[in-house]
Amino acid sequence: MTDAQDALFRTLADPTRRGLFERLCREGEKTVGALTAQAGVSQPVVSKHLGILKQAGLVRDRHEGRQTHYSAQLGALSPLIDWTSQMAGFWQSRFDDLEDLLKRMDQ
Amino acid sequence: MTHPAAETRSVIVEREIAYPAEKIWRALTQPHLIEEWLMKNDFKPVEGHKFKLRRDTQADIGVIVDCEILSVKPNRTLSYKWSAYGVETIVTFTITPTTAGTHLRVEQSGFQSDQRRAYNGARASWPQFLAALEKVLARVN
Repeated sequence: MTDAQDALFRTLADPTRRGLFERLCREGEKTVGALTAQAGVSQPVVSKHLGILKQAGLVRDRHEGRQTHYSAQLGALSPLIDWTSQMAGFWQSRFDDLEDLLKRMDQ
Repeated sequence: MTHPAAETRSVIVEREIAYPAEKIWRALTQPHLIEEWLMKNDFKPVEGHKFKLRRDTQADIGVIVDCEILSVKPNRTLSYKWSAYGVETIVTFTITPTTAGTHLRVEQSGFQSDQRRAYNGARASWPQFLAALEKVLARVN
């Protein structure tokens, strides 16, 4: 495993950090305050985790006035996913549904 | 030496199906049938026609694929551009009659070997990513 992959796994192995990252993936850009409201931990703890996510390239921050907005950077995950094998799985399952449909079209 | 970023890859899935080519062609080209096995759509079997495929994976997250018909050869081949998650590919269905029924092949070509491109604007793909990630994490522990 490369150092970069190692860092990525270690970063996402923590459930609080993974939860923050998942929320940013699902819901888009959020402020630290908005993330803290549902994180179940204090704002300094959230900030610390966001800093670690940022170091791993998984989030990006944007300053606007006094607020810092964070957004997920899915590009950082590309070493983890084999796009072609995902699409092969996609077409296999679509063909399963196609065969079911053909059966039903028989009357 | 070729530049790695210029290389593309393709996905090929093939299947023997116990139904005639004409029937499979209908399932591939009629919108209400396409919806049943692929996605919601505004497909028309006309070269140059642009259409969208949509799938609602969760209440507030949808997948949209932008497509454009490249080639229509009834009961034989159907080809369209498939653009999703910032990646442009070409999907080609080939139907070949066999003694037992029909051979159906889909090829999706044009994946950049630099998969980062796949993640431009990939927020919509997160459910798949999460499933993949969980598998990877399970293996690591």
